Amino acid sequence: MHPAPSVILFTTLSGIGFGLLAFLGLGLPVVTGWLAFAFFAVAYLLAVGGLLASTFHLGHPERALKAFSQWQTSWLSREAWAAVGALVVMGIYGAGLVFLDLRMPILGQIGAALSLATVYCTSMIYAQLKTVPRWNMPLTPVLFVSLSLAGGALLAGAGFLALILLGSAGCVQIAYWVVGDTRLKRSGTTIESATGLGHIGSVRAFEPPHTGTNYLMSEFMHVVGRKHAAKLRIIALGLMVLAPVILIMSPFNYVLALLLAAATHLAGVCVSRWLFFAQAEHVVGLYYGKR
Amino acid sequence: MTQLPETTQRKLGLVIDLDTCVGCHACVISCKGWNTENYGAPLSDQNPYNKEASGTFLNRVHSYEVQPDIGAAQLIHFPKSCLHCDDAPCVTVCPTGASYKRVEDGIVLVNESDCIGCGLCAWACPYGARELDASEGVMKKCTLCVDRIYNENLPEEDRVPSCVRTCPAGARHFGDLGDEDSAVSQLVAERGGMDLMPELGTKPVNKYLPPRPKDTLDEIDILAPLLAPVAEDPKGFMGWLDKTLEKL
Amino acid sequence: MSFEQPILNTSPEVSDEIRKTTCYMCACRCGINVHLKQGKVAYIEGNRDHPVNKGVLCAKGSAGIMQVNAPSRLQTPLKRVGPRGSGEFEEISWDEALSMATNLLEPIRKNNPEKLAFFTGRDQSQSFTSFWAQNFGTPNYAAHGGFCSVNMAAAGIYTMGGAFWEFGQPDWDHTKLFMLFGVAEDHDSNPIKMGLGKIKARGAKVIGVNPIRSGYNAIADEWVGITPGTDGLFILALVHELMRAGKMDLDYLARYTNAPVLINSDPKSPEHGLLMRDADGKQLVVDSVTGKLAPFDRPGVRPDLSATYRHGGVTHRPVFHLMVERYLDPSYSADAVTERVGIAADKIRRIAAEIARVAFDEAIELDQEWTDFRGETHDKMIGRPVSFHAMRGISAHSNGFQTCRALHVLQIILGTVEVPGGFRFKPPYPKPPEIHPKPHCKVTPGAPLNGPHLGFVHGPDDLALKADGSPARIDKAFTWENPMSAHGLMHMVISNAHAGDPYKIDTLFMYMANMSWNSSMNTSGVIEMLTDTDENGDYVIPNIIYSDAYSSEMVAYADLILPDTTYLERHDCISLLDRPICEADAAADAIRWPVIEPDRNVRGFQSVLCELGARLSLPGFTNEDGSQKYADYADYIVNHIRKPGIGPLAGFRGDGSDIGRGEVNKDQLNRYIENGGFFVEHIPDGAHYYKPWNTKYQDWAVKMGLYDSPQPYLFQLYVEPMRRFQLAAEGHGDRQPPDHLREQIKTTLDPLPIWYAPFEDSHVDPEEYPIHALTQRPMAMYHSWGSQNAWLRQIHGHNPLYLPTKLMTQHDLTDGDWATVSSVHGSITVPVAHMAALNENTVWTWNAIGKRKGAWALGEESSEATKGFLLNHLIHELLPPKGDGLRWANSDPITGQAAWFDLRVKIAKAETANESQPAFDAIKSPVGVGPAELTWKVSQ
Ligand SMILES: Nc1nc2c(c(=O)[nH]1)N[C@H]1C(S)=C(S)[C@@H](COP(=O)(O)OP(=O)(O)OC[C@H]3O[C@@H](n4cnc5c(=O)[nH]c(N)nc54)[C@H](O)[C@@H]3O)O[C@H]1N2
Ligand SMILES: Nc1nc2c(c(=O)[nH]1)N[C@H]1C(S)=C(S)[C@@H](COP(=O)(O)OP(=O)(O)OC[C@H]3O[C@@H](n4cnc5c(=O)[nH]c(N)nc54)[C@H](O)[C@@H]3O)O[C@H]1N2
Ligand code: SF4
Ligand code: SF4
Ligand code: SF4
Ligand code: SF4
Ligand code: SF4
Ligand SMILES: [Mo]
Repeated sequence: MHPAPSVILFTTLSGIGFGLLAFLGLGLPVVTGWLAFAFFAVAYLLAVGGLLASTFHLGHPERALKAFSQWQTSWLSREAWAAVGALVVMGIYGAGLVFLDLRMPILGQIGAALSLATVYCTSMIYAQLKTVPRWNMPLTPVLFVSLSLAGGALLAGAGFLALILLGSAGCVQIAYWVVGDTRLKRSGTTIESATGLGHIGSVRAFEPPHTGTNYLMSEFMHVVGRKHAAKLRIIALGLMVLAPVILIMSPFNYVLALLLAAATHLAGVCVSRWLFFAQAEHVVGLYYGKR
Repeated sequence: MTQLPETTQRKLGLVIDLDTCVGCHACVISCKGWNTENYGAPLSDQNPYNKEASGTFLNRVHSYEVQPDIGAAQLIHFPKSCLHCDDAPCVTVCPTGASYKRVEDGIVLVNESDCIGCGLCAWACPYGARELDASEGVMKKCTLCVDRIYNENLPEEDRVPSCVRTCPAGARHFGDLGDEDSAVSQLVAERGGMDLMPELGTKPVNKYLPPRPKDTLDEIDILAPLLAPVAEDPKGFMGWLDKTLEKL
Repeated sequence: MSFEQPILNTSPEVSDEIRKTTCYMCACRCGINVHLKQGKVAYIEGNRDHPVNKGVLCAKGSAGIMQVNAPSRLQTPLKRVGPRGSGEFEEISWDEALSMATNLLEPIRKNNPEKLAFFTGRDQSQSFTSFWAQNFGTPNYAAHGGFCSVNMAAAGIYTMGGAFWEFGQPDWDHTKLFMLFGVAEDHDSNPIKMGLGKIKARGAKVIGVNPIRSGYNAIADEWVGITPGTDGLFILALVHELMRAGKMDLDYLARYTNAPVLINSDPKSPEHGLLMRDADGKQLVVDSVTGKLAPFDRPGVRPDLSATYRHGGVTHRPVFHLMVERYLDPSYSADAVTERVGIAADKIRRIAAEIARVAFDEAIELDQEWTDFRGETHDKMIGRPVSFHAMRGISAHSNGFQTCRALHVLQIILGTVEVPGGFRFKPPYPKPPEIHPKPHCKVTPGAPLNGPHLGFVHGPDDLALKADGSPARIDKAFTWENPMSAHGLMHMVISNAHAGDPYKIDTLFMYMANMSWNSSMNTSGVIEMLTDTDENGDYVIPNIIYSDAYSSEMVAYADLILPDTTYLERHDCISLLDRPICEADAAADAIRWPVIEPDRNVRGFQSVLCELGARLSLPGFTNEDGSQKYADYADYIVNHIRKPGIGPLAGFRGDGSDIGRGEVNKDQLNRYIENGGFFVEHIPDGAHYYKPWNTKYQDWAVKMGLYDSPQPYLFQLYVEPMRRFQLAAEGHGDRQPPDHLREQIKTTLDPLPIWYAPFEDSHVDPEEYPIHALTQRPMAMYHSWGSQNAWLRQIHGHNPLYLPTKLMTQHDLTDGDWATVSSVHGSITVPVAHMAALNENTVWTWNAIGKRKGAWALGEESSEATKGFLLNHLIHELLPPKGDGLRWANSDPITGQAAWFDLRVKIAKAETANESQPAFDAIKSPVGVGPAELTWKVSQ
C-alpha cells in the first residue's frame, strides 16, 4: 500500500491522542485547572489534528459529515461516531476538570472507553480488509490499541505503567511483524487464484493493461523502499520502545526525559506506521505482478 | 446504501471468455467513451499528452503468461472490470452509503453526489475494479452500463453494456446469472465458468470461461494415425494417380 | 431494516443526433454511428447494419473522439522557415500555399513530368490520387503497398486472381480448421476478430503459425512458433506430406487449376517452360473424355491431370507432373526441414494429417445447384472446411512472394479456395491477372501519362524501362531488380532520389506517409537524406510538399504543408475501383462525409488536388473553358466517370435505383448518407461459392460492372509470367536483364513455389547475428497516429523489446534492464522485457510506438520519446554492399516488397540508461503541446 503521509499522521497522532484521553478519563494523572487544560489541549491537538489530517486524503472533505451515516456496517463510520463521542464526552469531562474542578469519574470512564473504541475502530478499518492479508488479523487492533495505550501512558506521565505498556506494545509489534510476514502466503490468494489460470500452469503477469500508471498502482502497489524494511523495523522498535524505556529509566530530569521519550516514541510509531502501509501487500497487486 | 440487500431480484453481470479474448482493448476504450460522456463525472486523464500520463478507466485488459509443466508457454488476455459481487466488501466498508448494490439487478454502483472520495471501497475490492478519479475526487467503477441496459432512448438490441456491444471477438456476454436458464448461465455451466479469488468470499457475479486446452497436437496419441504414403517416389505416385483418376 | 437506494434515471438522452459514416483509424473501414450533442462528437459506436463490422468497433475506432479533437491537428497551411527538420514554420494562407505548389509544379509538368514524385502512403483514395498523377504525367506515383504487403497481393492475384489482405476471407461460418500465418492484426481487423469469435463459439480449431504467441495467436488452439523466414519451407513440407499420401482434391485440380495445362518440356526450346496455348491464347489441356488436346474452357472438357502430349518433337507435360516431381522430393519432407523451420518433424506430420482429416473426412456439402463455365451443372457445393489466412509475417521477407505462393498452392491442392468452409474472395475479386492493367510509364511533357502507373506484368515486354533499358520510375518498380512490383516501391523513393539513381527529381510530393520516421527503413539515414545538401548548399531533394492532418515527424521535413481535415470533417470515397469494403457475400462501397465542420483553416486533401489540378490545367480536372472541373472531392465522387456508366460509387446511380452501372446521380451522396454511409448489394443465391467458375456469379459481376464480360479462369499453380523472366535471364528474347541480375532472376523467379533463405541471411553472418528481430502491430494503435490519442497512448505509451527466456537468461537480463541491439547496419539501446511464449531465437517489439521529441503535440519528455523506440534504425533499405558498387535493395527480388522481417541482430546487456538510443533533438512543435488534464464531456 502507498504510505500516504496524511494517513500515517492521522493514525499515529490520533492513536496517541486518544490514548492520552483514555488515561485522562481514567484519572491518570489526576489533574485539574490549568494543568488539566494543558493535558487536554495536548490530547485534543493530537486526536483532532490526526482526524483533520485524515480528511486531507478525501476527494470531497466538504462532504465528510456523510461519513457518519453507515455505522451499521462501516468501521469508518463507526470510527467517526466513536471519535465524536469520545471528544464530546471527554470535552464535558475535561471542562469539568478545568473550569469547575469537578471530576465525573463515570463520565471519564465512558470517555476513556470511547477513546479506545475510536482507536479500535480505526484499526478495524484496516483489519477488516481481506484484501490486505497482513492487516486482516486480530493482531492489528491489538497493535493499534497497545500502541495507543503505551503512547498515552507516556504522555500521561505514568512512568511505570508506561514502561510495562511500552514493553508489551513492543512485543505485540514484533509478533505483528513475524505473523504478518506470512499472512499473504497463508491466505491462499495467489496470482493463480486471482486469474483462475492455475490449473494450466504457473502464472506470470506479462503486459500490464497500460504502460503508464493508474490510481490502483500508485495507491496499492508500493514496491520502492521495502528493501530497507528490516533496518526500518529496528529503527522503529528502537525509537518507539527502546529509547523511551531507556530515557524513562535514566537518571535525567524526569519531565524532560518523558517529553523526549514521547517524542522518540512518536517518531518510532510513525516509522512503524510507514512500514504498516508500505509492507502491506494488497491482493490487487497480484494482477499486476507487483505487490 | 451500505448494507447489502439480502437478495437481489436478478444478478446481472458479464461472462468473459478467456478462450476467445484477443486482448484488443476495444472494450476498454468503448467503456471509457461511454462512461466519459454518461453516468456521473467524466473519466478524467492527467498529463494526457505528456510524461506520466494516467487516467480513470473502468475496465482494463491484462495479459498473463502461463507456463504448463510440459509444453510451450501460453498467453492469456484478461479483461477485468467490476464483478458486481454478491457479497461486495466495497459496499459494506463505505462510510457514506455512496456505494450500494441495487436490489433489482444486483448492480454495484457509486452515488457520486454522496461519495467523499475516501478510497476505502477501492481498498476493500480485491479485483482493482474501483478507481478514484483524480479530477473529480469521487470513486469510479463499472456501472454495468446501467444507463444503457434499460435505456428507452436506445434500440432494444443496443440495451447491453457498451463493452459487450463493441467486443469484436464476442468474448463478452451479458445477462442474468441468477437465472439458471439464461444464455449466460448455460454458457457458464457448459464451459466451467469460474470465480476469481473465490477464497475471499466475495461471490462475484461475473464469471470467466477458462481457456480451452491448448497444443494437443503436441501430445502423441491424441490424433488419428499419421498420413500413409501412397507412393515414395514420383514414378510410383504417377501410377497411383492414374489408378485414382480412373475412379474419379 | 428497509433497504433504500437512490432513484436513477436509467434512460438518459444518448444524443441529439446520430450521423453514420466510416471509420478511418485503419484500412478496415468499419461503419460508425457518430453521436452528436450540441453539434459536437459525444460518442462513437459501431454501425450494426454495416457489412464490415456489424456493430462492433475496435479500440481505435472508439477512440476516434480523441483523434478528431487531438491537439496535434495542424491548424493552417505552413511554409518552412527554419532548416529542414527544425520544425520552424510560418503560417500562410491557402491561396499562398496553392500558388507555391502551382509555381513549383507547373514548370515540372511542362518540361519534365518525371521530376515530380508523388507518393501517397496510407492513401484510401488511390483511384483518385493515381488519376491525378496520371493527368499530371509523371510515371512516379504509387501508394504504400510496396513497403506494406505487395507480396501477399501479387502472389494471390498471379496465383488465384485474388489475395488475402482485405480482398478475401475465410468462410467463417463453415470452416472447421483455420490456420493463420504471420498475422498480428491485419487490415481486416474487426472481421478477423469476429470470425475468430465465430470459430471459437463453435469450438472449431485454430492453428497459429507465428514466432510470437500474442493476440490472435494467443487464442489459437495450436501454436507453431516457427523460425522467421522459413514458412515457405514449412508449407512445402505440408505439401510434400499431403501429396505423398495422395491427400489432394484431384477433381478440383483438374477442373479449376492449371495443373492439367501442358508445358513445353524441351530444355532447348526458347519456349521451354511456357504453357501450350491455342491460337486464341487459351491454355491447352488433354481432354480425358476424348484424349485430345482442348482449350481449358471448352464445354464438356474434362482435363486430364496425367496425360502428356507430344507436338513438334517436343514433349508437353501437365503442370501437375512438374509439381509431383518437385514436391515429392525428400528434400521437402518433414524430416528434411525440421531443423531449419524449428518445428518437430512429428508435429509437421500431425498438422498435415489434421488438415487432411478435416478437408476430406469432414467435408461439407451444401445443397446448392450451380453451373460451371464449361456448362456442367453440379447439384451440390462441396466444401473442404480448412481455411487459411496470412499477412505480413510471411510476406515481409525477401522470400515472401514465393512463400505466399506456396501457401496458395497448398490451399489449392486441398481444393479449399472458393468452396464452403474455405477461403473466399470479396468482389471485385476474383479477377484473372490478365484483366488487370499493365504498368504505364510513357512520359510526354505537358500531357498525361499513357495509362495507369501500376499493374501486373506478364513478361519482360511489360517492364517499365526507358528506351536505353534504364528504369523509367524513380522507385525502379517493374525493372529487372523486381519485375513484378505491382504496388511500386515507396520505401526506395527517398533513397533513390537522394542517390540520383536512376535519376534526380525536383519535387517530392507526399500524402499521409510518415517517411521521416516509422514508415521508412533506416530512419536515421532517411533523415540525413532529407536534410542533405549539395555543394551549393541546396537540398539534394530540392522541394518537398506534404499533406498531413497532424503534427507528425514528417511535417518537419517538408517545405510546404497542406493541412488535411480529420476523417469526420470531409468527404471520402471507399470505392469498388480501389480498396472497397466488400464481403464475400456482397459487393459494397462507402463514403465519409463531414459529420462535423472543421474548426481550423484546413482543407480535405482530395479537394485541394481538385483545385491544384485545375490550376495546373490538368485535363481531367479542367473543363473545356479552362475552369475548374470538380469544385471539390464530393463533386468528383458524384460526377467523375471512369468508364461509361461507372464512377467512383456503385450504389444509387442513375435515378437512384441503378446498381453498379448507371448514369451520374446528383443526389447520390445524400442517398448514401440516408443509407448509413454505405451501399451493399448481395451476391445472389447460388453464386456465393466457386466464383471464378460459377456462371451465375460471373453474370452478376458483369451486371455490377466488375467485368465487361464473364471472365472464368484457371488458378495458376504454375505462374507463366515468372517463367518468361527466367527465359530472358537464360538469354532468350530481346529484352535482356543486366548480367548481374541474371542469376537472381533464374533462381528466384521460379514459376512453381520454392523456398530460399531470406537475403539478409546470406549477407550477414548468422553466427554473429543469430537473433531474428520483428515488430508487431498493437491492436489498439494505428502506426504512428495512435500516440496523439489521449486514451490510446495510455495503453501503449512505450514499447519494451521482448526477449525469450533463453536470451534473458543468457544475457543476465531482467524486466526493465536495457540492452544494446545491433544489426550489421546500426544499433539501438532499449529497455527489455521477458516473454516466454516466443520463439527462442526471436525478439520483438510493438511497431511505431517510439516518437520523435516535439512531434504529435506531446511533451518532450513523453515516454514515447524517452523509452519508446523504433526498430527501423536497424533495418536498411539496401543490403550491405557486396563490393560491386551496386545498390542492392533489401526487398523481395520479385515484387520489391520491403523485407522488414529479414532483420538479424545480436544483443548485449547495456548500462541502465534513461533514454532509448539513438535519441534525436526535439522538433519545434508547430502546434504546441496538449493540455495538462482532460475532463472530456460534451454535456457537462
Ligand atoms: N491496429 C492496427 N491495425 C493495423 C495496422 C496498425 O498499425 N494497427 N496497420 C495496418 C497495416 S498498414 C498493415 S500492413 C496490416 C498488417 O497486419 P499484419 O500482417 O498482422 O502485420 P504485423 O503486425 O506486422 O504482423 C506481422 C506478424 O507476423 C509475424 N511474423 C514475422 N515474421 C514471421 C515469419 O517469418 N513467419 C511467420 N509465420 N510469422 C512471422 C509477427 O510475429 C507478427 O505477428 O495491419 C493493418 N492493420
Ligand atoms: N519496423 C517496422 N516498420 C514498418 C512496418 C513494420 O512492420 N515494422 N510496417 C510498414 C507498413 S506495412 C506500413 S503500411 C507503414 C505505415 O506507414 P505510414 O502509412 O507512413 O504510417 P503512418 O504512421 O500511419 O503515417 C501516416 C501519416 O498519415 C497521417 N494522417 C493520419 N490521418 C490523416 C489524414 O486524415 N489526412 C492526412 N493527410 N494525413 C493523415 C499521420 O499523421 C501520419 O503522419 O509502416 C511501415 N513501417
Ligand atoms: S473487446 Fe473483447 S476481445 Fe477485445 S479485449 Fe475486450 S474482451 Fe477481449
Ligand atoms: S468487484 Fe470489487 S468493486 Fe465490484 S462489487 Fe466486487 S468488490 Fe465491489
Ligand atoms: S470512496 Fe466514496 S464510495 Fe468509496 S467508500 Fe469512500 S465514500 Fe464510499
Ligand atoms: S459494463 Fe459498461 S461500465 Fe462496465 S466495463 Fe462494460 S462498458 Fe464499462
Ligand atoms: S478496425 Fe477499428 S480502426 Fe479500423 S476501421 Fe474498424 S473501427 Fe476503425
Ligand atoms: Mo501496411
